[in-house]
Amino acid sequence: MLFAFLIATALGIAYLRHLFAVVMLAGMFSLLSALLLLSMDAADVAFTEAAVGAGIATILMLSAMALTERQEKPSNRSMLERLPALAVAGAFGALLIYAMLDAPPFGDPFAPAQTHVAPYYIEQTAREIDVPNLVTAILASYRGFDTLGEVVVIFTAGIGVALLLGGFVARDRSK
Amino acid sequence: MNATELVMGSDAALFMSGMNAYLLDFLATGYNYWMAIVLMMIGFYITLARSNLVKKIIGLNLFQTAMFLLYISIGNVVDGGVPILTDNPDALYSNPLPHVLILTAIVVGIATTALGLALAVRIHEAYGTIEEDEILDAEAGDS
Repeated sequence: MLFAFLIATALGIAYLRHLFAVVMLAGMFSLLSALLLLSMDAADVAFTEAAVGAGIATILMLSAMALTERQEKPSNRSMLERLPALAVAGAFGALLIYAMLDAPPFGDPFAPAQTHVAPYYIEQTAREIDVPNLVTAILASYRGFDTLGEVVVIFTAGIGVALLLGGFVARDRSK
Repeated sequence: MNATELVMGSDAALFMSGMNAYLLDFLATGYNYWMAIVLMMIGFYITLARSNLVKKIIGLNLFQTAMFLLYISIGNVVDGGVPILTDNPDALYSNPLPHVLILTAIVVGIATTALGLALAVRIHEAYGTIEEDEILDAEAGDS
């Protein structure tokens, strides 16, 4: 059911040209997917998606829109010129579905993904870390270095944005 | 004998009902997977077909969110709970590993989105447009 809403929102994003509406729809898409993530027991991910995807991303896109243009220009590409994009997307999707055909059924507790590494964390976290939230325990302790790497990525992106938008060097903006 | 059998003969009707059962089974075992893939492809199509750069980035975001949904679907366990330890020793939890991976991916995703939007703003400063077609035309005019 939620997926139907998500697909409707995505098609709306594809169809509309008014960028403000598109950005709002993208925020809605994020909130809907946060609901869906919550229904799949991923509370932490849902929180993050709602805060980052629906909050920060929307603000970033609105500011980018304010600095550029509010309206997507009607494309002069004909339907025929869009056909390759549609074909590539369709073929890629079919390939992905073909690749997923062998996947264990949704929610199978004996799927390889569930039986290999995860049980260790579920069984040992209470003894080794003593944090009730397993996601926090893995993120901050077992996989602490990954999280450090993530911070490095954000820092690099921050530097990149600052350099691109010229926080350090005064540029001639009049031209 | 029902209407379908009258039209197609009983063998064909049997085949059709078999196909229906197969199709239902196919949809039921991986409904989340297929829907996530459909969403992914809508995002991919927006990225490929639209010439507006901000719209392209939004398409990439859609693709990414759909991928998150696929990952969390894989980690889901039927009757499992949110992976927060309870006092009940028999409690079944969903797999926490995909959650951790996707948390990292969301944050990295917002970093790349910010960088992409900054590039779009910079391109707008340089070319006065964020439409790919017009930028290509301007480039062709320069050289």
